[in-house]
Amino acid sequence: MARNFWVFAELSGSEFRKVAFELLGLARKLAYKTGGDVTALAIGPIEESNTAKLGHTGADHIILCADDVVKDYSTEVYATIIADLASEYKPLAIFFPATARGKDLAPKVAAKLGVGSASDCTGLEMTDNQRIIFTRPMYAGKIIAQVETSGEPQIATIRPNVFPSPTPDESRKADVERISADFGEDVIKTKILETIVGDAEVNLTEADIIVSGGRGMRNAENFQIIRELAKVLGAAVGASRAAVDEDFISQPHQVGQTGKTVSPNLYIACGISGAIQHRAGMSTSKCIVAINNNPDADIFKIADLGVVGDLFKIVPVLTEELRKEMG
Amino acid sequence: MNIIVCVKQVPDTEAIIQVDSVDNSRILEEGITFILNPYDEYAVEEGLLIRERLGEGKVTAVTVGPSRSESALRDALALGVDTAVHITDEGIESADPFAVATILSKFISSLPHDLILCGRQAVDDDFAQVPAILAELLGLPQAMFVVGLEIDSQDMKCKARREVDGSHEVVEMVLPAVITCSRGLNEPRYPSIRGKMQAKKAEIPRKSLADIGLDVESAGLASPKVKVRSLGLPPSREAGKKLEGEVDDVVKVLVEELKSRKLL
Ligand SMILES: Cc1cc2nc3c(=O)[nH]c(=O)nc-3n(C[C@H](O)[C@H](O)[C@H](O)COP(=O)(O)OP(=O)(O)OC[C@H]3O[C@@H](n4cnc5c(N)ncnc54)[C@H](O)[C@@H]3O)c2cc1C
Ligand SMILES: Nc1ncnc2c1ncn2[C@@H]1O[C@H](COP(=O)(O)O)[C@@H](O)[C@H]1O
Repeated sequence: MARNFWVFAELSGSEFRKVAFELLGLARKLAYKTGGDVTALAIGPIEESNTAKLGHTGADHIILCADDVVKDYSTEVYATIIADLASEYKPLAIFFPATARGKDLAPKVAAKLGVGSASDCTGLEMTDNQRIIFTRPMYAGKIIAQVETSGEPQIATIRPNVFPSPTPDESRKADVERISADFGEDVIKTKILETIVGDAEVNLTEADIIVSGGRGMRNAENFQIIRELAKVLGAAVGASRAAVDEDFISQPHQVGQTGKTVSPNLYIACGISGAIQHRAGMSTSKCIVAINNNPDADIFKIADLGVVGDLFKIVPVLTEELRKEMG
Repeated sequence: MNIIVCVKQVPDTEAIIQVDSVDNSRILEEGITFILNPYDEYAVEEGLLIRERLGEGKVTAVTVGPSRSESALRDALALGVDTAVHITDEGIESADPFAVATILSKFISSLPHDLILCGRQAVDDDFAQVPAILAELLGLPQAMFVVGLEIDSQDMKCKARREVDGSHEVVEMVLPAVITCSRGLNEPRYPSIRGKMQAKKAEIPRKSLADIGLDVESAGLASPKVKVRSLGLPPSREAGKKLEGEVDDVVKVLVEELKSRKLL
């Protein structure tokens, strides 16, 4: 399995996250270039039949571990499985999604293997001698860095929504190697007692579209018009820190330097002034729409489409129009 | 309960960051105001809250960094931590996350420690790596991005509520453990005047690598595992179209624009 690119295929429940396919697509491209192959690490409560998608989107091999011990996520167990496999098979690189799980796991695996890892990458390039130069924002996106990690495997977390999700090719098939994990209870140092699943409107990191509200919303009730617009678009709901501080909406919705970093295809900012700390979390969105009644608001400096006006008049009309449009 | 809080000094979030034209792997520090990493404020606050709730305990703030980073420790002292330790040496400002974690782990293992609190990430390098590496080096469990924490000092356990994309999880861990603190965990207090005065006067012990039993080599400073090749500015985002006029018209134009960009 030489010159192998590995992808940690993260789950949400028992389904693979969209970002898993994005990373497989990325790994597939690199493998075409260098003549290597792609392995998906499928760890968790996974039905073997469900792994076919990993092959359709770029994996050549799948390492599947679906034992009871991995039913619940555990940093130690997952990291040990991955680090042990990596020591044995010596992949060239391992990509994790820059999600809560990926960020929990990648530095741990890297530390176990004694190598470095690059966080939250938005691009990469391969040199002729198979070193990967990662592109990653620093200083909340004010600076873009080119970084390299030492040794092998070259480990990185990759920001969701940056690389395209490949079109599945159902003729592609991957071989599945089932492995079992033997761990004593003592390895599991963290025990999940409870999982509280939020609704789709709070899964901001992977959302294609986000509708966000700021202090301009004035109160929690008014946020309903943001939610309605989001619903019509199938979007997640974001917020500025001011909106969270004023209790218009809960903290997990916050976008920005001390909130979530997002790169949706479409980000609609309503009643948000565009402070530097807010822009830090959303300025890599592909298209930014701003609705603000102050024509001089900073958000307009980065908005692809800036609507100057009262959001309370504009948003409901926009929601209606889109409802007609989307049928 | 012995609580260690790892803090870092970082540029103010408003700061304009420029790349050094002589060495483009560095930023220009001139004119930058440095602050305590905003996420580390949550870590400091949580340490103080736990001490207050238990009615006992000691909170120690530690930083690894150049001379200037002492201000982060003074900020922590002003807020109420019991002691502060500054680990500093030549070349330490370019330590990569593995080196920082190596230095921290070496120092922390020499102290009694029941709980290690860190920030979720440092807002300069935005790595979110040091705490996980630290936990691995110390052989301790970790919970990242924590927004709720309950300490059971009787059974030496804790329950941490952490944010996972789209959901929350409550995990139980045996102490000592490493926790990274996220926004939502608490509301950091402001320093009191008295606290500020005391912090200003406080003696902050400085330790060199040799003092804690490391050298450039063993601290990992000589062979960084993450190397910055170059820094640059992001492609600037230009202001696009402004749409003004009657609501109905503006909305129609907006929808057409979104359609033409294949966003709907
Ligand atoms: C360390 C630190 C970290 C921070 N982290 C974050 C972060 O993660 N995320 C974040 O968002 N902020 C963050 N901030 C706060 C940030 O500096 C701003 O204070 C905040 O983003 C402002 O939120 P806002 O735009 O909703 O509010 P405001 O700045 O008050 O803007 C409200 C906007 O609404 C517009 N408006 C009002 N009424 C209407 C109407 N009827 N129709 C249309 N428009 C209207 C106004 O013109 C104005 O532009 C941070 C600050 C610090 C110091
Ligand atoms: N130089 C340092 N000294 C002490 N603690 C640090 C240092 N660097 C990082 N940390 C801790 O690790 C957290 C995450 O930092 P980072 O991995 O650099 O994003 C910070 O919020 C601090 O709690």
